[in-house]
Amino acid sequence: MAAIVEIENVKKVYDGGFEALKGVTLNIAEGEILALLGPNGAGKTTLISAVCGLAQPTSGRIRVGGHDVVSDFRAARNLVGLVPQEVNLEPFETVWRTVRFSRGLFGKAKDDKLIEKILRQLSLWDKKDTAIRALSGGMKRRVLIAKALSHEPRVLFLDEPTAGVDVELRRDMWEIVAGLKADGVTIILTTHYIEEAEAIADRIGVINKGQLLLVEDKDALMTRMGQKQLRIELQGRISDIPQELAEFNLQMAEGGEALIYTYDTRAERTGIAKLMAAMSAAGLVLRDLATSQNSLEDIFVGLVHEEEGAA
Amino acid sequence: MNWQAVKAIYIFEMARFFRTLMQSFISPVISTSLYFVVFGAAIGSRIEQVEGVSYGAFIVPGLIMLSVITQAISNASFGIYFPKFIGTIYELLSAPISFLEIVMGYVGAAATKAMFIGLVILGTAALFVDLSIQHPIAMLLFLVLTCLSFSLFGFIIGIWAGNFEQLQLVPLLVVTPLVFLGGSFYSISMLPEAWQAVALFNPVVYLISGFRWAFFGMADVPIGLSLLAIGLFTGLCMGAIWWIFKTGWKIRN
Repeated sequence: MAAIVEIENVKKVYDGGFEALKGVTLNIAEGEILALLGPNGAGKTTLISAVCGLAQPTSGRIRVGGHDVVSDFRAARNLVGLVPQEVNLEPFETVWRTVRFSRGLFGKAKDDKLIEKILRQLSLWDKKDTAIRALSGGMKRRVLIAKALSHEPRVLFLDEPTAGVDVELRRDMWEIVAGLKADGVTIILTTHYIEEAEAIADRIGVINKGQLLLVEDKDALMTRMGQKQLRIELQGRISDIPQELAEFNLQMAEGGEALIYTYDTRAERTGIAKLMAAMSAAGLVLRDLATSQNSLEDIFVGLVHEEEGAA
Repeated sequence: MNWQAVKAIYIFEMARFFRTLMQSFISPVISTSLYFVVFGAAIGSRIEQVEGVSYGAFIVPGLIMLSVITQAISNASFGIYFPKFIGTIYELLSAPISFLEIVMGYVGAAATKAMFIGLVILGTAALFVDLSIQHPIAMLLFLVLTCLSFSLFGFIIGIWAGNFEQLQLVPLLVVTPLVFLGGSFYSISMLPEAWQAVALFNPVVYLISGFRWAFFGMADVPIGLSLLAIGLFTGLCMGAIWWIFKTGWKIRN
Protein backbone atom coordinates (compact mmCIF):
# COMPACT_ATOMS: atom_id res chain seq x y z
CA MET A 1 0.00 0.00 0.00
CA ALA A 2 1.07 3.57 -0.65
CA ALA A 3 2.61 5.54 2.19
CA ILE A 4 0.29 8.23 3.52
CA VAL A 5 2.87 9.62 5.95
CA GLU A 6 6.48 9.95 4.79
CA ILE A 7 9.06 11.00 7.33
CA GLU A 8 12.49 11.59 5.85
CA ASN A 9 15.55 11.94 8.03
CA VAL A 10 13.84 14.26 10.48
CA LYS A 11 15.98 15.87 13.13
CA LYS A 12 14.80 18.10 15.92
CA VAL A 13 17.08 20.09 18.16
CA TYR A 14 15.34 22.14 20.83
CA ASP A 15 16.52 25.62 21.76
CA GLY A 16 18.43 24.34 24.77
CA GLY A 17 20.50 22.12 22.46
CA PHE A 18 18.66 18.92 23.34
CA GLU A 19 18.52 16.62 20.33
CA ALA A 20 15.08 15.05 20.55
CA LEU A 21 15.12 13.39 17.13
CA LYS A 22 18.33 12.21 15.52
CA GLY A 23 17.30 11.58 11.95
CA VAL A 24 14.13 9.51 11.87
CA THR A 25 12.95 7.98 8.62
CA LEU A 26 9.62 6.22 8.58
CA ASN A 27 6.89 5.50 6.04
CA ILE A 28 3.42 4.76 7.26
CA ALA A 29 1.11 2.91 4.90
CA GLU A 30 -2.44 4.00 4.36
CA GLY A 31 -4.88 2.10 6.55
CA GLU A 32 -2.37 0.54 8.91
CA ILE A 33 -2.10 0.81 12.66
CA LEU A 34 1.42 1.59 13.75
CA ALA A 35 2.38 1.47 17.41
CA LEU A 36 5.41 3.45 18.51
CA LEU A 37 6.94 2.06 21.65
CA GLY A 38 9.55 3.78 23.70
CA PRO A 39 10.48 4.91 27.18
CA ASN A 40 9.71 8.40 28.47
CA GLY A 41 11.66 11.07 26.65
CA ALA A 42 12.40 8.79 23.70
CA GLY A 43 11.09 11.32 21.18
CA LYS A 44 7.66 9.82 20.48
CA THR A 45 5.76 13.00 21.22
CA THR A 46 8.29 15.16 19.39
CA LEU A 47 7.89 13.00 16.30
CA ILE A 48 4.12 13.34 16.45
CA SER A 49 4.42 17.08 17.10
CA ALA A 50 6.59 17.48 14.02
CA VAL A 51 4.02 15.75 11.82
CA CYS A 52 1.08 17.65 13.30
CA GLY A 53 2.61 21.12 13.19
CA LEU A 54 3.27 21.66 16.89
CA ALA A 55 7.03 21.60 16.41
CA GLN A 56 9.09 22.49 13.39
CA PRO A 57 11.72 19.93 12.44
CA THR A 58 15.24 21.32 12.46
CA SER A 59 15.96 19.39 9.25
CA GLY A 60 14.42 16.66 7.13
CA ARG A 61 10.99 16.64 5.59
CA ILE A 62 7.58 15.23 6.33
CA ARG A 63 4.74 14.67 3.93
CA VAL A 64 1.18 13.65 4.62
CA GLY A 65 -0.82 12.45 1.65
CA GLY A 66 1.99 13.82 -0.52
CA HIS A 67 1.69 17.33 0.96
CA ASP A 68 4.69 18.84 2.74
CA VAL A 69 3.70 19.68 6.32
CA VAL A 70 5.53 23.00 6.22
CA SER A 71 5.13 24.43 2.73
CA ASP A 72 1.69 22.95 2.10
CA PHE A 73 0.50 22.82 5.68
CA ARG A 74 -3.17 23.38 5.00
CA ALA A 75 -3.55 20.38 2.72
CA ALA A 76 -1.40 18.23 5.01
CA ARG A 77 -3.12 19.16 8.26
CA ASN A 78 -6.54 18.71 6.70
CA LEU A 79 -5.83 15.00 6.71
CA VAL A 80 -4.48 14.74 10.23
CA GLY A 81 -6.20 14.39 13.58
CA LEU A 82 -4.36 14.51 16.88
CA VAL A 83 -5.33 13.16 20.28
CA PRO A 84 -2.74 14.65 22.61
CA GLN A 85 -1.23 12.98 25.61
CA GLU A 86 -2.29 15.66 28.06
CA VAL A 87 -5.98 16.20 28.68
CA ASN A 88 -6.06 19.73 27.29
CA LEU A 89 -9.64 20.93 27.20
CA GLU A 90 -11.50 24.16 27.79
CA PRO A 91 -13.02 23.43 31.24
CA PHE A 92 -16.01 25.74 31.11
CA GLU A 93 -17.38 24.75 27.73
CA THR A 94 -19.84 21.98 27.01
CA VAL A 95 -18.86 18.82 25.20
CA TRP A 96 -21.05 19.71 22.25
CA ARG A 97 -19.61 23.17 21.66
CA THR A 98 -16.05 21.98 22.13
CA VAL A 99 -16.39 19.23 19.55
CA ARG A 100 -18.18 21.47 17.08
CA PHE A 101 -15.45 24.06 17.51
CA SER A 102 -12.84 21.52 16.41
CA ARG A 103 -14.73 20.77 13.23
CA GLY A 104 -14.98 24.46 12.40
CA LEU A 105 -11.32 25.01 13.12
CA PHE A 106 -10.45 22.47 10.46
CA GLY A 107 -12.54 24.38 7.97
CA LYS A 108 -15.28 21.80 7.68
CA ALA A 109 -18.88 22.88 7.24
CA LYS A 110 -21.22 22.31 10.16
CA ASP A 111 -22.46 18.72 10.34
CA ASP A 112 -24.41 18.10 13.53
CA LYS A 113 -25.46 14.63 12.37
CA LEU A 114 -21.85 13.54 12.20
CA ILE A 115 -20.99 15.07 15.59
CA GLU A 116 -23.97 13.27 17.07
CA LYS A 117 -22.79 10.00 15.56
CA ILE A 118 -19.29 10.46 16.97
CA LEU A 119 -20.56 11.38 20.42
CA ARG A 120 -22.87 8.36 20.47
CA GLN A 121 -20.05 6.10 19.35
CA LEU A 122 -17.91 7.33 22.21
CA SER A 123 -20.76 7.09 24.76
CA LEU A 124 -20.66 10.86 25.19
CA TRP A 125 -24.09 11.69 23.87
CA ASP A 126 -25.69 11.84 27.35
CA LYS A 127 -23.01 14.28 28.40
CA LYS A 128 -23.18 16.57 25.40
CA ASP A 129 -24.47 19.54 27.39
CA THR A 130 -22.21 18.95 30.37
CA ALA A 131 -19.36 21.35 31.03
CA ILE A 132 -16.07 19.57 30.54
CA ARG A 133 -14.77 20.24 34.05
CA ALA A 134 -17.64 18.10 35.39
CA LEU A 135 -16.53 15.03 33.43
CA SER A 136 -14.45 12.17 34.75
CA GLY A 137 -10.91 11.68 33.49
CA GLY A 138 -11.94 8.87 31.17
CA MET A 139 -14.76 10.94 29.70
CA LYS A 140 -12.36 13.79 29.05
CA ARG A 141 -10.15 11.44 27.06
CA ARG A 142 -13.16 10.49 25.00
CA VAL A 143 -13.84 14.17 24.33
CA LEU A 144 -10.29 14.54 23.03
CA ILE A 145 -10.93 11.68 20.63
CA ALA A 146 -14.27 13.12 19.60
CA LYS A 147 -12.59 16.43 18.81
CA ALA A 148 -10.00 14.73 16.66
CA LEU A 149 -12.63 12.68 14.82
CA SER A 150 -14.98 15.63 14.30
CA HIS A 151 -13.05 16.78 11.24
CA GLU A 152 -12.87 13.32 9.65
CA PRO A 153 -9.09 12.83 9.56
CA ARG A 154 -7.50 10.25 7.26
CA VAL A 155 -4.58 9.88 9.63
CA LEU A 156 -5.09 9.84 13.37
CA PHE A 157 -2.32 10.27 15.92
CA LEU A 158 -3.04 8.96 19.39
CA ASP A 159 -0.37 10.04 21.84
CA GLU A 160 -0.54 7.59 24.73
CA PRO A 161 -4.31 7.33 24.58
CA THR A 162 -4.54 4.83 27.41
CA ALA A 163 -2.00 6.25 29.86
CA GLY A 164 -3.67 6.27 33.25
CA VAL A 165 -7.07 5.04 32.13
CA ASP A 166 -8.92 2.10 33.61
CA VAL A 167 -9.08 -1.32 32.01
CA GLU A 168 -12.59 -0.87 30.71
CA LEU A 169 -11.84 2.36 28.93
CA ARG A 170 -8.71 0.84 27.48
CA ARG A 171 -10.76 -1.97 25.98
CA ASP A 172 -13.25 0.59 24.63
CA MET A 173 -10.39 2.55 23.16
CA TRP A 174 -9.09 -0.52 21.37
CA GLU A 175 -12.53 -1.13 19.94
CA ILE A 176 -12.75 2.44 18.73
CA VAL A 177 -9.38 2.08 17.05
CA ALA A 178 -10.48 -1.14 15.39
CA GLY A 179 -13.62 0.62 14.15
CA LEU A 180 -11.60 3.47 12.69
CA LYS A 181 -9.29 1.08 10.95
CA ALA A 182 -12.32 -0.57 9.40
CA ASP A 183 -13.24 2.86 8.02
CA GLY A 184 -9.81 3.09 6.44
CA VAL A 185 -8.27 5.57 8.87
CA THR A 186 -4.51 5.26 9.33
CA ILE A 187 -3.62 5.20 13.01
CA ILE A 188 -0.35 5.94 14.73
CA LEU A 189 -0.34 5.45 18.45
CA THR A 190 2.37 5.79 21.02
CA THR A 191 2.27 3.71 24.11
CA HIS A 192 4.22 2.41 27.05
CA TYR A 193 2.10 -0.70 27.17
CA ILE A 194 3.50 -3.51 25.15
CA GLU A 195 0.32 -5.55 25.39
CA GLU A 196 -1.48 -2.62 23.82
CA ALA A 197 0.80 -2.70 20.81
CA GLU A 198 0.37 -6.47 20.64
CA ALA A 199 -3.39 -6.18 20.83
CA ILE A 200 -4.09 -3.64 18.13
CA ALA A 201 -1.09 -2.77 15.98
CA ASP A 202 -0.22 -4.03 12.49
CA ARG A 203 3.33 -2.78 12.79
CA ILE A 204 5.46 -1.92 15.73
CA GLY A 205 8.21 0.67 15.91
CA VAL A 206 10.61 1.04 18.78
CA ILE A 207 12.08 4.46 19.43
CA ASN A 208 14.67 5.45 21.98
CA LYS A 209 16.81 8.54 22.45
CA GLY A 210 15.55 10.11 19.26
CA GLN A 211 16.28 7.10 17.06
CA LEU A 212 14.00 4.58 15.51
CA LEU A 213 15.56 1.26 16.49
CA LEU A 214 13.18 -1.08 14.75
CA VAL A 215 10.03 -1.10 12.66
CA GLU A 216 8.60 -4.49 12.01
CA ASP A 217 5.36 -6.25 11.24
CA LYS A 218 3.79 -7.34 14.43
CA ASP A 219 3.37 -10.87 13.06
CA ALA A 220 7.08 -11.14 12.35
CA LEU A 221 7.79 -9.98 15.84
CA MET A 222 5.28 -12.44 17.20
CA THR A 223 7.03 -15.24 15.33
CA ARG A 224 10.21 -14.23 17.05
CA MET A 225 8.31 -14.23 20.28
CA GLY A 226 6.90 -17.64 19.48
CA GLN A 227 10.41 -18.99 19.78
CA LYS A 228 11.33 -20.69 22.99
CA GLN A 229 14.71 -21.56 24.28
CA LEU A 230 15.65 -24.71 26.09
CA ARG A 231 18.67 -24.39 28.28
CA ILE A 232 20.47 -27.62 29.02
CA GLU A 233 23.03 -27.63 31.78
CA LEU A 234 25.62 -30.39 31.55
CA GLN A 235 27.36 -32.43 34.18
CA GLY A 236 30.74 -31.74 32.67
CA ARG A 237 32.31 -29.17 30.41
CA ILE A 238 32.58 -29.69 26.65
CA SER A 239 34.88 -27.85 24.31
CA ASP A 240 32.96 -28.48 21.07
CA ILE A 241 29.43 -29.37 20.18
CA PRO A 242 29.52 -33.02 19.16
CA GLN A 243 29.11 -33.62 15.43
CA GLU A 244 25.98 -35.76 15.97
CA LEU A 245 24.15 -32.74 17.36
CA ALA A 246 24.92 -30.39 14.45
CA GLU A 247 21.38 -30.55 13.03
CA PHE A 248 19.96 -28.95 16.18
CA ASN A 249 21.85 -25.66 15.76
CA LEU A 250 22.83 -25.59 19.40
CA GLN A 251 24.65 -22.72 21.00
CA MET A 252 27.23 -23.15 23.72
CA ALA A 253 26.91 -21.13 26.88
CA GLU A 254 28.82 -20.68 30.12
CA GLY A 255 32.06 -21.81 28.58
CA GLY A 256 30.73 -25.21 27.60
CA GLU A 257 28.77 -26.08 30.74
CA ALA A 258 25.43 -25.43 29.07
CA LEU A 259 23.79 -25.71 25.67
CA ILE A 260 20.92 -23.65 24.30
CA TYR A 261 18.37 -25.06 21.90
CA THR A 262 15.94 -22.73 20.15
CA TYR A 263 12.64 -24.14 18.91
CA ASP A 264 9.26 -22.99 17.71
CA THR A 265 6.38 -23.79 20.03
CA ARG A 266 3.94 -23.60 17.14
CA ALA A 267 5.75 -26.18 15.03
CA GLU A 268 4.32 -29.67 14.85
CA ARG A 269 7.30 -31.18 16.59
CA THR A 270 9.58 -29.28 18.91
CA GLY A 271 12.40 -31.75 18.37
CA ILE A 272 13.13 -31.94 22.07
CA ALA A 273 12.67 -35.70 22.42
CA LYS A 274 14.92 -36.26 19.44
CA LEU A 275 17.54 -33.94 20.89
CA MET A 276 17.46 -35.72 24.23
CA ALA A 277 17.94 -39.07 22.52
CA ALA A 278 20.81 -37.72 20.41
CA MET A 279 22.46 -36.20 23.46
CA SER A 280 22.44 -39.39 25.46
CA ALA A 281 23.72 -41.22 22.38
CA ALA A 282 26.59 -38.70 22.27
CA GLY A 283 27.29 -39.45 25.90
CA LEU A 284 26.34 -36.07 27.38
CA VAL A 285 24.88 -36.17 30.89
CA LEU A 286 22.28 -33.59 31.89
CA ARG A 287 22.24 -31.78 35.16
CA ASP A 288 19.24 -29.46 34.68
CA LEU A 289 16.80 -28.10 32.11
CA ALA A 290 15.06 -24.75 31.85
CA THR A 291 12.94 -23.08 29.19
CA SER A 292 12.40 -19.41 28.51
CA GLN A 293 10.29 -17.45 26.06
CA ASN A 294 10.94 -14.20 24.20
CA SER A 295 8.31 -11.57 24.69
CA LEU A 296 7.94 -8.29 22.90
CA GLU A 297 9.01 -6.80 26.18
CA ASP A 298 12.31 -8.72 26.05
CA ILE A 299 12.90 -7.57 22.51
CA PHE A 300 12.08 -4.01 23.51
CA VAL A 301 14.20 -3.98 26.65
CA GLY A 302 17.01 -5.70 24.76
CA LEU A 303 16.98 -3.07 22.03
CA VAL A 304 16.84 -0.18 24.43
CA HIS A 305 19.68 -1.58 26.52
CA GLU A 306 21.80 -2.48 23.54
CA GLU A 307 21.45 1.16 22.52
CA GLU A 308 22.47 2.35 25.97
CA GLY A 309 25.41 -0.03 26.03
CA ALA A 310 26.61 1.34 22.70
CA ALA A 311 26.27 4.95 23.79
CA MET B 1 -8.39 31.54 3.73
CA ASN B 2 -10.15 29.23 6.16
CA TRP B 3 -13.23 31.31 6.96
CA GLN B 4 -14.88 28.43 8.79
CA ALA B 5 -12.04 28.49 11.28
CA VAL B 6 -12.24 32.26 11.78
CA LYS B 7 -15.96 31.85 12.39
CA ALA B 8 -15.42 28.93 14.77
CA ILE B 9 -12.89 30.84 16.87
CA TYR B 10 -15.04 33.96 16.86
CA ILE B 11 -18.17 32.10 17.96
CA PHE B 12 -16.29 30.08 20.57
CA GLU B 13 -14.79 33.24 22.06
CA MET B 14 -18.08 35.11 22.00
CA ALA B 15 -19.68 32.18 23.83
CA ARG B 16 -17.31 32.84 26.73
CA PHE B 17 -18.59 36.40 26.76
CA PHE B 18 -22.26 35.42 26.67
CA ARG B 19 -21.73 32.84 29.39
CA THR B 20 -20.77 35.70 31.67
CA LEU B 21 -23.08 38.21 30.05
CA MET B 22 -24.43 39.58 33.30
CA GLN B 23 -20.95 40.29 34.61
CA SER B 24 -19.87 41.68 31.27
CA PHE B 25 -22.91 43.93 31.18
CA ILE B 26 -23.38 44.92 34.79
CA SER B 27 -19.82 45.78 35.74
CA PRO B 28 -19.38 48.57 33.17
CA VAL B 29 -22.86 49.91 33.99
CA ILE B 30 -22.05 50.05 37.68
CA SER B 31 -18.58 51.51 37.27
CA THR B 32 -19.85 54.14 34.83
CA SER B 33 -22.59 55.09 37.24
CA LEU B 34 -20.02 55.39 40.02
CA TYR B 35 -17.84 57.63 37.87
CA PHE B 36 -20.83 59.85 37.24
CA VAL B 37 -21.66 60.02 40.92
CA VAL B 38 -18.09 60.86 41.89
CA PHE B 39 -16.89 62.98 38.99
CA GLY B 40 -20.13 64.21 37.53
CA ALA B 41 -22.08 65.05 40.66
CA ALA B 42 -19.48 65.61 43.37
CA ILE B 43 -16.64 67.23 41.44
CA GLY B 44 -18.61 68.34 38.40
CA SER B 45 -20.79 70.60 40.54
CA ARG B 46 -17.67 72.66 41.22
CA ILE B 47 -16.32 72.63 37.67
CA GLU B 48 -19.59 72.94 35.79
CA GLN B 49 -18.24 73.58 32.32
CA VAL B 50 -15.15 72.76 30.32
CA GLU B 51 -14.89 74.86 27.19
CA GLY B 52 -18.62 75.20 26.96
CA VAL B 53 -19.50 71.55 27.67
CA SER B 54 -20.97 70.46 30.99
CA TYR B 55 -18.39 68.49 32.98
CA GLY B 56 -20.70 65.47 33.19
CA ALA B 57 -20.86 65.26 29.40
CA PHE B 58 -17.19 66.18 29.00
CA ILE B 59 -15.97 63.04 30.75
CA VAL B 60 -18.15 60.63 28.72
CA PRO B 61 -15.70 60.11 25.81
CA GLY B 62 -12.82 59.61 28.24
CA LEU B 63 -14.84 57.14 30.30
CA ILE B 64 -15.75 55.15 27.22
CA MET B 65 -12.14 55.12 26.06
CA LEU B 66 -10.92 54.06 29.49
CA SER B 67 -13.21 51.03 29.55
CA VAL B 68 -12.85 50.17 25.89
CA ILE B 69 -9.06 50.17 26.03
CA THR B 70 -8.96 48.14 29.24
CA GLN B 71 -11.57 45.68 28.00
CA ALA B 72 -9.99 45.25 24.58
CA ILE B 73 -6.61 44.47 26.10
CA SER B 74 -7.89 42.15 28.79
CA ASN B 75 -10.25 40.25 26.48
CA ALA B 76 -7.72 39.76 23.72
CA SER B 77 -4.79 38.94 25.98
CA PHE B 78 -6.82 36.48 28.03
CA GLY B 79 -8.40 35.01 24.89
CA ILE B 80 -5.08 33.80 23.51
CA TYR B 81 -3.29 33.32 26.83
CA PHE B 82 -5.93 30.93 28.19
CA PRO B 83 -5.47 28.28 25.46
CA LYS B 84 -1.74 28.53 26.06
CA PHE B 85 -2.28 28.11 29.79
CA ILE B 86 -4.67 25.15 29.63
CA GLY B 87 -2.91 23.58 26.64
CA THR B 88 -5.74 23.74 24.11
CA ILE B 89 -3.44 25.75 21.84
CA TYR B 90 -2.27 22.42 20.44
CA GLU B 91 -5.44 22.35 18.42
CA LEU B 92 -4.89 25.79 16.92
CA LEU B 93 -1.38 24.79 15.93
CA SER B 94 -2.39 21.50 14.39
CA ALA B 95 -5.36 22.90 12.46
CA PRO B 96 -5.11 23.89 8.80
CA ILE B 97 -5.15 27.57 9.65
CA SER B 98 -2.57 30.29 9.45
CA PHE B 99 -1.70 32.77 12.16
CA LEU B 100 -3.75 35.38 10.30
CA GLU B 101 -6.94 33.41 10.86
CA ILE B 102 -6.12 32.90 14.52
CA VAL B 103 -5.60 36.65 14.92
CA MET B 104 -8.79 37.48 13.05
CA GLY B 105 -10.86 35.15 15.22
CA TYR B 106 -9.46 36.19 18.59
CA VAL B 107 -8.96 39.88 17.89
CA GLY B 108 -12.33 40.12 16.15
CA ALA B 109 -14.10 38.65 19.17
CA ALA B 110 -12.18 40.81 21.67
CA ALA B 111 -12.87 43.95 19.65
CA THR B 112 -16.57 43.07 19.43
CA LYS B 113 -16.78 42.67 23.20
CA ALA B 114 -14.98 45.95 23.81
CA MET B 115 -17.26 47.67 21.30
CA PHE B 116 -20.31 46.26 23.05
CA ILE B 117 -19.11 47.54 26.40
CA GLY B 118 -18.32 50.95 24.91
CA LEU B 119 -21.86 51.21 23.61
CA VAL B 120 -23.30 50.07 26.96
CA ILE B 121 -21.36 52.85 28.68
CA LEU B 122 -22.55 55.35 26.12
CA GLY B 123 -26.11 54.24 26.81
CA THR B 124 -25.64 54.45 30.57
CA ALA B 125 -24.08 57.89 30.26
CA ALA B 126 -27.05 59.10 28.24
CA LEU B 127 -29.21 58.37 31.29
CA PHE B 128 -27.14 60.79 33.38
CA VAL B 129 -26.34 63.64 31.04
CA ASP B 130 -27.60 65.25 27.86
CA LEU B 131 -25.40 63.98 25.07
CA SER B 132 -25.20 65.26 21.56
CA ILE B 133 -22.83 63.65 19.10
CA GLN B 134 -21.70 66.11 16.45
CA HIS B 135 -19.83 63.64 14.25
CA PRO B 136 -21.44 60.23 14.77
CA ILE B 137 -19.55 58.53 11.94
CA ALA B 138 -16.19 59.78 13.20
CA MET B 139 -17.22 58.70 16.69
CA LEU B 140 -17.92 55.16 15.49
CA LEU B 141 -14.74 55.09 13.44
CA PHE B 142 -12.65 56.08 16.46
CA LEU B 143 -14.44 53.53 18.60
CA VAL B 144 -13.90 50.73 16.09
CA LEU B 145 -10.24 51.61 15.53
CA THR B 146 -9.58 51.82 19.25
CA CYS B 147 -11.28 48.47 19.89
CA LEU B 148 -9.34 46.89 17.06
CA SER B 149 -5.90 48.33 17.79
CA PHE B 150 -5.99 47.65 21.51
CA SER B 151 -7.30 44.16 20.89
CA LEU B 152 -4.30 43.60 18.63
CA PHE B 153 -2.11 45.00 21.37
CA GLY B 154 -3.77 42.73 23.94
CA PHE B 155 -3.23 39.74 21.65
CA ILE B 156 0.49 40.50 21.59
CA ILE B 157 0.55 40.71 25.38
CA GLY B 158 -1.28 37.38 25.58
CA ILE B 159 1.28 35.72 23.31
CA TRP B 160 4.16 37.25 25.24
CA ALA B 161 2.90 36.53 28.75
CA GLY B 162 4.38 33.50 30.44
CA ASN B 163 2.15 33.67 33.50
CA PHE B 164 -0.88 35.46 34.88
CA GLU B 165 1.24 38.15 36.55
CA GLN B 166 2.79 39.14 33.24
CA LEU B 167 -0.67 39.15 31.72
CA GLN B 168 -1.65 41.88 34.21
CA LEU B 169 1.65 43.72 34.14
CA VAL B 170 1.37 45.81 30.99
CA PRO B 171 -2.28 46.83 31.48
CA LEU B 172 -1.62 47.73 35.09
CA LEU B 173 1.73 49.46 34.83
CA VAL B 174 1.51 51.05 31.42
CA VAL B 175 -1.98 51.29 30.05
CA THR B 176 -3.98 52.39 33.09
CA PRO B 177 -1.62 55.28 33.94
CA LEU B 178 -1.51 56.38 30.30
CA VAL B 179 -5.28 56.36 30.07
CA PHE B 180 -5.78 58.18 33.37
CA LEU B 181 -3.15 60.73 32.46
CA GLY B 182 -4.44 60.95 28.91
CA GLY B 183 -7.12 63.47 29.66
CA SER B 184 -10.06 61.17 30.39
CA PHE B 185 -11.32 63.47 33.11
CA TYR B 186 -9.82 66.80 32.15
CA SER B 187 -8.69 68.84 29.20
CA ILE B 188 -4.96 68.93 28.58
CA SER B 189 -5.27 72.72 28.47
CA MET B 190 -6.14 72.61 32.20
CA LEU B 191 -2.61 71.35 32.97
CA PRO B 192 0.39 73.62 33.75
CA GLU B 193 2.29 74.35 30.56
CA ALA B 194 5.24 72.08 31.30
CA TRP B 195 2.89 69.15 31.85
CA GLN B 196 1.02 69.96 28.69
CA ALA B 197 4.24 69.35 26.76
CA VAL B 198 4.80 66.05 28.59
CA ALA B 199 1.23 64.98 27.94
CA LEU B 200 1.80 65.24 24.19
CA PHE B 201 4.10 62.21 24.47
CA ASN B 202 1.21 60.15 25.77
CA PRO B 203 -0.37 58.40 22.77
CA VAL B 204 -3.68 58.01 24.56
CA VAL B 205 -4.09 61.81 24.63
CA TYR B 206 -4.55 61.74 20.85
CA LEU B 207 -7.20 59.04 21.05
CA ILE B 208 -9.27 60.68 23.73
CA SER B 209 -8.90 64.06 22.13
CA GLY B 210 -10.06 62.76 18.76
CA PHE B 211 -12.92 60.84 20.30
CA ARG B 212 -14.02 63.91 22.25
CA TRP B 213 -13.89 65.94 19.07
CA ALA B 214 -16.36 63.52 17.50
CA PHE B 215 -18.77 64.26 20.35
CA PHE B 216 -18.36 67.98 20.96
CA GLY B 217 -16.26 69.34 18.13
CA MET B 218 -13.49 70.34 20.52
CA ALA B 219 -10.06 68.81 20.85
CA ASP B 220 -6.72 69.15 22.63
CA VAL B 221 -4.80 68.24 19.48
CA PRO B 222 -5.79 68.58 15.82
CA ILE B 223 -8.14 65.82 14.68
CA GLY B 224 -5.81 64.83 11.84
CA LEU B 225 -3.09 64.12 14.36
CA SER B 226 -5.47 61.96 16.36
CA LEU B 227 -6.30 59.92 13.29
CA LEU B 228 -2.62 59.60 12.47
CA ALA B 229 -1.88 58.41 16.02
CA ILE B 230 -4.50 55.69 16.02
CA GLY B 231 -3.50 54.66 12.50
CA LEU B 232 0.14 54.47 13.54
CA PHE B 233 -0.64 52.43 16.64
CA THR B 234 -2.77 49.99 14.65
CA GLY B 235 0.03 49.70 12.11
CA LEU B 236 2.64 49.06 14.81
CA CYS B 237 0.55 46.31 16.38
CA MET B 238 -0.04 44.68 13.00
CA GLY B 239 3.68 44.83 12.30
CA ALA B 240 4.47 43.17 15.62
CA ILE B 241 1.90 40.46 14.95
CA TRP B 242 3.30 39.88 11.50
CA TRP B 243 6.74 39.41 13.07
CA ILE B 244 5.36 36.94 15.63
CA PHE B 245 3.73 35.06 12.79
CA LYS B 246 6.97 34.93 10.80
CA THR B 247 9.12 33.73 13.66
CA GLY B 248 6.63 31.61 15.60
CA TRP B 249 7.81 33.50 18.68
CA LYS B 250 6.55 31.96 21.95
CA ILE B 251 4.10 29.75 20.08
CA ARG B 252 5.72 27.01 18.07
CA ASN B 253 8.74 25.02 19.14
